[in-house]
Amino acid sequence: MLAKIHITLKKDVLDPQGKVVANSLNTLGFETVQDVRQGKYIEVTIDEEDTDIAKQKLNQMCEKLLANLVIEDYSVEIE
Amino acid sequence: MSISNWKYNTEQSLVENHGLKHDEFESIVEGLGREPNLTELGIFSAMWNEHCSYKSSKYWLKKLPTSGDRVVQGPGENAGVIDIDDGDVAVFKMESHNHPSFIEPYQGAATGVGGILRDVFTMGARPVANLNALRFGEIDHPKTKHLLSGVVEGIGGYGNCIGIPTVGGEVNFHPSYNGNILVNAMTVGIAKKDKIFYSAAAGIGNPVVYVGSKTGRDGIHGATMASAEFDDDSEDKKPTVQVGDPFTEKLLLEACLELMKEEAIIAIQDMGAAGLTSSSIEMASKGNVGLEIDLTKVPMRAQNMTAYELMLSESQERMLMVIDPTKESLARNIFRKWDLEFEVIGKVTDTKNLVLNMNGKEEACIPINILVEDAPEYQRDYIIREPSKRIKIIQDQFDQKTIIPDLIEMISHPNLCSRKWIWEQYDHMVMADTIVRPGSDAAVVRVHGTNKGIAISTDCSPIYCKHNSFEGGKHAIVETWRNIIASGALPIAVTDCMNFGNPEKPEIMGEFVECIRGMAESCSYLNYPVISGNVSLYNETNGVGIYPTPAIGGVGLIKDLSKTMTIGLKNEGNIICVIGETSGHLNMSQYLSIIKNKEEGSVPEINLEIEKKNGMFVLDCIEGHLTLSVHDIGEGGLLIAMSEMCMAGNFGVQIEVKKEFLHAYLFGEDQGRYLIEVSEKNYEKVIALAKDNSVHIEKLGFVGGTDLKINHLNKVSIAQLVEKNSEFFEKYTGE
Amino acid sequence: MKSKVIVFPGSNCDRDVAVAIRKISGSEPQMVWHKETSLSNSDLIIVPGGFSYGDYLRCGAIASTSPIIYEVVKKANEGVPVIGICNGFQILIETSLLDGALIRNNSLSFICRDVYIKSENQTSIFTKKTNIAKMPIAHNEGNYFASDETLKKIVDNDQVAFKYCNQEGEVTSHSNPNGSLENIAGILNDRKNVLGLMPHPERAAESALGCEDGKYIFESILS
Repeated sequence: MLAKIHITLKKDVLDPQGKVVANSLNTLGFETVQDVRQGKYIEVTIDEEDTDIAKQKLNQMCEKLLANLVIEDYSVEIE
Repeated sequence: MSISNWKYNTEQSLVENHGLKHDEFESIVEGLGREPNLTELGIFSAMWNEHCSYKSSKYWLKKLPTSGDRVVQGPGENAGVIDIDDGDVAVFKMESHNHPSFIEPYQGAATGVGGILRDVFTMGARPVANLNALRFGEIDHPKTKHLLSGVVEGIGGYGNCIGIPTVGGEVNFHPSYNGNILVNAMTVGIAKKDKIFYSAAAGIGNPVVYVGSKTGRDGIHGATMASAEFDDDSEDKKPTVQVGDPFTEKLLLEACLELMKEEAIIAIQDMGAAGLTSSSIEMASKGNVGLEIDLTKVPMRAQNMTAYELMLSESQERMLMVIDPTKESLARNIFRKWDLEFEVIGKVTDTKNLVLNMNGKEEACIPINILVEDAPEYQRDYIIREPSKRIKIIQDQFDQKTIIPDLIEMISHPNLCSRKWIWEQYDHMVMADTIVRPGSDAAVVRVHGTNKGIAISTDCSPIYCKHNSFEGGKHAIVETWRNIIASGALPIAVTDCMNFGNPEKPEIMGEFVECIRGMAESCSYLNYPVISGNVSLYNETNGVGIYPTPAIGGVGLIKDLSKTMTIGLKNEGNIICVIGETSGHLNMSQYLSIIKNKEEGSVPEINLEIEKKNGMFVLDCIEGHLTLSVHDIGEGGLLIAMSEMCMAGNFGVQIEVKKEFLHAYLFGEDQGRYLIEVSEKNYEKVIALAKDNSVHIEKLGFVGGTDLKINHLNKVSIAQLVEKNSEFFEKYTGE
Repeated sequence: MKSKVIVFPGSNCDRDVAVAIRKISGSEPQMVWHKETSLSNSDLIIVPGGFSYGDYLRCGAIASTSPIIYEVVKKANEGVPVIGICNGFQILIETSLLDGALIRNNSLSFICRDVYIKSENQTSIFTKKTNIAKMPIAHNEGNYFASDETLKKIVDNDQVAFKYCNQEGEVTSHSNPNGSLENIAGILNDRKNVLGLMPHPERAAESALGCEDGKYIFESILS
């Protein structure tokens, strides 16, 4: 099955890239842009029968490697 | 939020959570004549913790020599300043970011670099060089690889982006750092002597201006965290780590330097640990004035921030200034041009109080003198351990045939191998003034647009400091002094970063006291004062402290860059000489540690009189163009230093040694020694000069061929040495 | 010789390149802030190295939307020599003045060290004085990539300016520092008046810095 993982910076953590991209979009004329937060999108193909087990494993992957829990949150979606 | 109705129990735990002892809290109540509110408690906690108040170390730090002919500004400002002739000054400091780097290595190290850069450009200097002193646990420890990679990437990520070259540093691995790594960052900047900026606020009614990034809830309690011991739950404290934004810092650097040309700044202070709290109090205290701040005006990144959070946030890339009111719009335009926040948040007052208002309500009112002058100062109990005793090393059993294999094993070892993998990740050439790149004794950076340069080196030997803190302290100072001499510069002054365990333990305090005593002795004798520094205590995990680590960053001046010296051998047929006597001190050596897996015996002692004589002799030789390459003999001894010269210059060498015990001669760590390369033509002159100065000199051998050969017996090719010397980091991190 | 150095927020080799040009040409280059809109009277335009906009989003992407860039493109199309070094190369690629892409080094880490390059194109105004040259690289995203089709086009049209090589001038995989396709270190536009390269000639333009080979590129343009 295919898992889609979104990794985003925690709400209150500074996103230097997002800040600069937002400013730049404003300068380009997209004046209604208020804020930009950047994150990562990861696809993991996993050979599991049981969605719950897969989800559990994917959560572990996020916690152990894919996300940096000091500054990031993650969400897992399975197709 | 008011806490005036605390019950005793909850009050105590709230006080403890702020890292304040019960008697410290009582003196706050006495000073204020009432109980503090939560915001005030937070402010006291930030100001009175070890990191900001130096309460355990202040008494002892005063024993270090801090003045000299070339000292323009000693400790007490954002950074120290030395005169480097022609109206130019060098501004420098080293600072620790140990705890944050253990928790989040990339961001911890990156913001460490950002912080020290701000300390230097706050003084009006353009930063021209970054260095660092790093210590990690043993390489097999499960965290070490991750921490090493993260810290190196973080230092590079910040320094490369802002465009200041990272030109040198040191890295060591030792089990005592398994739970507490050390990340010490140093920055050197150049300014004009009549254009130095200080932090003392002045001019009643003058505007207090906030510039840089917005304030978020970053690193709240960071400064408190830096003064608390770790336990296994420390990982849960993660969310307090700040994120660095080197791009904004670059803009802040350029904007500040642009404004500094305009005679607009009266006082300036960066917001480092304890952010707005420490910067505002520092400025008021230095200027002997009061400050009134309207927190509503502070640029905020997060919503609904409280006074407490705004005062304790450690968001990066921010500065506080007092400016000339007639230059306000000019200053605002400069910061606007660089897309930075610029907000007048308060004014200088004559009340000598720090007054904070928010939404029309007074959130805090504290007399500055209670915060600063009445800050606790302790003369903690200390016990001085006996230095470890000399052991007899029976060398009869050492087989001379093992010399080459031992050498190979030593130069392959993580503590002695090439650091190329690290410094190739740092842009060490940006600004196009790096004359001697990393990998030599000291880095040399040209003063832009001139033919003079500064030599910079960081060093410390914690093993020496642990087993004989007095000699270890002496050694840390002397090692940088030697490195600077060997690069052809006159050593001028140092910055120190004192990393120790829990000072409430008398043994640890004893280490601190003895290291300071040793450092002071070397500094005084060598006329090499301490002009800035930082103290990091409580480097402990589960009650086990790190080895005492007074990391030293030394700076010297080369008046004529054509006299710069490097370690690489230059030509076939030249003669190699050893300066200084070799008795063969294998006790507590790298040889014993790496080959015999033992950390024992006595620490080699430094005779400062001989040290100075030998160093000055080497410098005289360099100035007289008598040497072609120079290398000081440090950890690992003579043969390690010789191999490094061969590898750097890609030349072989033929060594002749007539000694009974070759191992002791080649790997002993006697102090005060250098290797010099001299042409045949100048050899007699050098020998005569040594004799005139009663300096001990020995001929070691000749440059030539492609092998390192000892007494026609043992040899190894330089190519093999290079291969072995450069493989560790790549293999280790690539696994 | 009127040379212009474009300065973006986050540029950090702007001063270095200005110093090198001053030393070699004897005339002072003019620094042009990215918010300006005119580059009239330019004999040479330089887009310097650094971390414009912190390299956020994609190296060079945000700088390529700056007001001055429209003028850089216009001048380039008029035939004015334009040189982009390191981040400047990345910016010129984002403006589509040059073909291909610069992706992350195959080592996945920043690399700062000396490399050797040799000129493939021997006739352009930038390359005619350089044969084999030593100069430093300092980048995280210098791994040149192009589609087969683009690669064929730039090779057939003699647009490859420099390739990474060893000291003897041999183009080997061992001498490729970052995984660049065909060891490509620098390329030219169709008309050969725009050069982008990853190595830093301005850091190798005087013997005190350990190497002078970089100055041949500037001398080639100035002669």
